[in-house]
Amino acid sequence: MAEINIKQVAKQFGGTHALHSIDLTIADQEFLVLLGASGCGKTTLLRIVAGLETATSGEVWIGGHRVDKLAPRDRGIAMVFQNYAVFPHLTVYENIAFGLRMAKLPQAEVDKRVNRTADLMHIENLLSRYSGQLSGGQRQRVAVARALATEPAVLLMDEPLSNLDALLRMEMRAELKTVLAESKTTTIYVTHDQVEAMSMADRIAIVNEGRIVQAASAVEVYRNPAEHFVGSFIGNPPMNFLDATALGDGWWDVAGTRIKGPSVKQNKLQFGIRPEDISVHSPKTSNPQDSPSATIRVLEPLGSHLLASCKVDNQMLRVVLDSDASVKAGDPLHWSPVADRIRWFDPATALAIL
Amino acid sequence: MSHKTQVNGTVNGQSTWHRYLFTGSVIMLCLWVLVPIYLLLVNTFSAPEAVSAFPKKAFPDINTESVEFFIKYSGVAQALWSSIKVATVTMILSISLGAPAGYALSRFDFTGKETFRVLVLMTRAFPLPLLALPLAVMYIKVGLDDSVLGLALVHTMLALPFAVLITYSLFSGIPIELEEAAWTLGCNRLQAFVKVIFPLVLPGIAASAIFAFVISWNEVFAAAVLTIEHRTLPAFLLQGLGNAPLHLKFAGGAVLVLPALLFIFLVRKYLFSMWGIANR
Repeated sequence: MAEINIKQVAKQFGGTHALHSIDLTIADQEFLVLLGASGCGKTTLLRIVAGLETATSGEVWIGGHRVDKLAPRDRGIAMVFQNYAVFPHLTVYENIAFGLRMAKLPQAEVDKRVNRTADLMHIENLLSRYSGQLSGGQRQRVAVARALATEPAVLLMDEPLSNLDALLRMEMRAELKTVLAESKTTTIYVTHDQVEAMSMADRIAIVNEGRIVQAASAVEVYRNPAEHFVGSFIGNPPMNFLDATALGDGWWDVAGTRIKGPSVKQNKLQFGIRPEDISVHSPKTSNPQDSPSATIRVLEPLGSHLLASCKVDNQMLRVVLDSDASVKAGDPLHWSPVADRIRWFDPATALAIL
Repeated sequence: MSHKTQVNGTVNGQSTWHRYLFTGSVIMLCLWVLVPIYLLLVNTFSAPEAVSAFPKKAFPDINTESVEFFIKYSGVAQALWSSIKVATVTMILSISLGAPAGYALSRFDFTGKETFRVLVLMTRAFPLPLLALPLAVMYIKVGLDDSVLGLALVHTMLALPFAVLITYSLFSGIPIELEEAAWTLGCNRLQAFVKVIFPLVLPGIAASAIFAFVISWNEVFAAAVLTIEHRTLPAFLLQGLGNAPLHLKFAGGAVLVLPALLFIFLVRKYLFSMWGIANR
């Protein structure tokens, strides 16, 4: 039951800036995912909140208390690590009870809480085992149970599912989401997997080169990327970007077609469109003036849809087609963007133009 | 096709040759170590008059006359007791000083860390005879001469580099996340160490302690120079058995070598890990 305030937190390692003045507020009981490529600073930020890393400058507040000078144990947090960090010399029971024993809870209460969290994570039949006798997925469950047993105000998770295989990851994702919604803790979850981020998060904070470039709901970051980077990072395949040249009066030339855009002073903009927001016409019905033509280079049948990688004006354009579309590589493709899904970016700042 | 076969043939020929060389070297090394130990054992348990006999029987009749005589020889028991005392103090000092240093090396980044690691090893390159005489003079001045503690301090100096390096590799083998997890679960640094790290490194620490014990047990030079009344076993044997009959020398040698061998065998896994050799 705690709000987290991160105020102008910066971190330098030697001469390199791992984090540039991060400001972020995470609401009570919110599930926030820090999403970014490896080395972007997301884990550093999480470790600063945990107290395992000291910020070079800035403040961290948890539940109205300033904690950045406190030891990890005085912050009211619990953490789940990427490599599980289940104590190998203790049984599963003692692992889950570890934090409770440190808090000097009476044995009856320890027993009650261990059994409850073990039930929650479906490991009640493993309580007498040691870490060496568990599979990766089971260890991860123990690590989560151990963190939840202390009933922390804040739960910090550092890529907890990245060591699991794909199927198990999907199963744990759904399970974790249910468990965490019930536990009512404020959660910060670090991952580089955008599907994991989008499926679990209340809000996603996208981190790039030590900065939070956008913090919003999954739909918002997908539909309205705040920066070129967000559009190219979120979505598989990512957003298409094409160069646009000003024609005046808010009209823009995109790959030889006039498209209505924002009225701004720049001569050049970038036109962004998601691959599934492109409609395709048959050559007979379309007028070449308002429907630019592309050439299909590669077709990837992905089951639910057909992904076409095309060349238009020497730029790459990916289009999602219906899975039984009768096209082949080398065919021309007449396409047009869905008007209200077009996004514009300033090539100088890479920011979205609203 | 034929060209390819020829290339394979060359490669195979080379690796066969390498394997012969390798196997040969291994056998030579083993013989170099094992033959003296074998002769030592055979002669120790042979009748005194059979010691100089040649050729030897492969499995001699067990005769404990030499061993019995040796054990009853005056001063042996006292020297043995001194050895155990000095080695125990050495063991305690080496671990209590070496383990924290090993922990610091594995967990913290500090200026001069690499230099420190090299220097720790370099102390072993410093010749003890050069140190022994000035040390003896200084010991006499401060009253540490001919004492268990005085000798144990010198032996600690010899054993400490190994204690540091072995414990360094032990602590490095334990993921830092285990400690961090303990901190987030309510431990301070000391509690995390006691509750999580210590139980995990305990076997290795014990091994490192035994190794320090063996180093002290085997050391003869400093012991001979720095002690008179409280001679440790090696120094006592050096002095007392110099002119003794051959069969007694063998008995004394065996008493010295066997405990050391046994201990080293018990802790071999950790000594390998110190040099980064995978334990198999």
